[in-house]
Amino acid sequence: MSKTYYDPADLRKFGNITEWNEELGNKFFEYYGKVFEEGALSAREKSLIALAVAHTEQCPYCIDAYTKDGLERGITKGEMMEAIHVGAAIKSGATLVHGVQMMNKVNKLDL
Amino acid sequence: MLKKTLKARNSELANIKRQLKFLSNGIFANGNLPTFADKINETDQFPLVPKTLEILQLNLGYMCNQVCSHCHVDAGPDRKEIMTKETMLQCLEVIKKTKAHTLDLTGGAPEMNPNFRWFVEEAAKIGIKDFIVRSNLTIIRANKKYYDLPQFFKKHNVHLISSLPHYTKGKTDKQRGKGVFNKSIEALQSLNDVGYGIKDSSFRLDLVYNPSGAFLPGNQMALENDFKKALLDDFGISFHNLFTITNLPISRFLDYLIATDNYEDYMYELVNAYNPEAVKNVMCTNTISVSWDGWLYDCDFNQMLNLKVDSKVQHISEYNEELLNNRKIIISQHCYGCTAGAGSSCQGVVT
Repeated sequence: MSKTYYDPADLRKFGNITEWNEELGNKFFEYYGKVFEEGALSAREKSLIALAVAHTEQCPYCIDAYTKDGLERGITKGEMMEAIHVGAAIKSGATLVHGVQMMNKVNKLDL
Repeated sequence: MLKKTLKARNSELANIKRQLKFLSNGIFANGNLPTFADKINETDQFPLVPKTLEILQLNLGYMCNQVCSHCHVDAGPDRKEIMTKETMLQCLEVIKKTKAHTLDLTGGAPEMNPNFRWFVEEAAKIGIKDFIVRSNLTIIRANKKYYDLPQFFKKHNVHLISSLPHYTKGKTDKQRGKGVFNKSIEALQSLNDVGYGIKDSSFRLDLVYNPSGAFLPGNQMALENDFKKALLDDFGISFHNLFTITNLPISRFLDYLIATDNYEDYMYELVNAYNPEAVKNVMCTNTISVSWDGWLYDCDFNQMLNLKVDSKVQHISEYNEELLNNRKIIISQHCYGCTAGAGSSCQGVVT
């Protein structure tokens, strides 16, 4: 048995999820592929969004996948880091904006 | 980092047999991945055989002013293998009678061959349809004696294909060496100045992009658009087309893959991206590659692996197109590099 929860080699086995439910697995991958096609947003822009979300989701497989995807698309290190900061800003903003709820509660309860 | 050729480093991989052995062992020997022969056999494409010959590619020598980290030729300033005038004369005879419509000169830096200009002049007289020189760009700015190359190329209506791994300095210099980006930009500007690469100009200037690491090239058209916009906005540079080329796991790139523990992942990626449609148009089916010493190969990569054509005719001195076209193409696991995704060749994607 693997001694860690995450094994980088498992990423290439992602497609195997269809083996235990072919219909849903295939539907998912079809949908997934469609999402990342060129559309109103370019495939390059989508790759950067995916990279940022991969970090906020803290998914190591997705981080590996979309870092490589970015390199393949000629996306620079600077662009990748800026994208991650966007994710980080939303994450921290989402934490901090709840501070208003805390303040409301304090103001209600406190004399 | 000062880069050196595998030869100068006395690397184990400078022994080409070791490279071939490495490519057939491990994940391919234990059955984790199918060999290339098995893979193309799935679609009845084994054995791979030539179609009509279209391109004659001549390697004028392994000497180069650069030592790029991915170089499959293991070219560099220390390499002394240079095509002699005698071999060039044999090549000229072949160019006169070949049915190929394209002549493609490569290296190393072909311009460093002392007889380069004489050979270009002679070959141009024969009047082949598409006469390509693969120039690394920096050679044009490397020494005063090369400064007039843009005019020389123009005079002989040479089609230039030049490498530029990225439109930013950092990525380019990391792969090709410090200072390469700035010199490449100067060279591209000097080529634009004489009319190369300008929209609708007949003086063709195409760029080659190959990934600066253990990953595959992205979409050729998307990258071409990004390159065009960035080079024009930042440096006022124009060019015609961008060819994306996949790095094949041989020579210095193989050494890099092994040293950085990327080899297996890279091979898995190539095999996963295998595209049987690309097999139909791989360049070995329409090209003959000639080495600096006149030996014949199915492609430039087989040349570097010392896999001579499987034919009675193996040398330019005994060249016979008909006999050569009856051969079977020699393949190994490195061939997955030409069939991944949209495919890859010296002219970019093949699908």
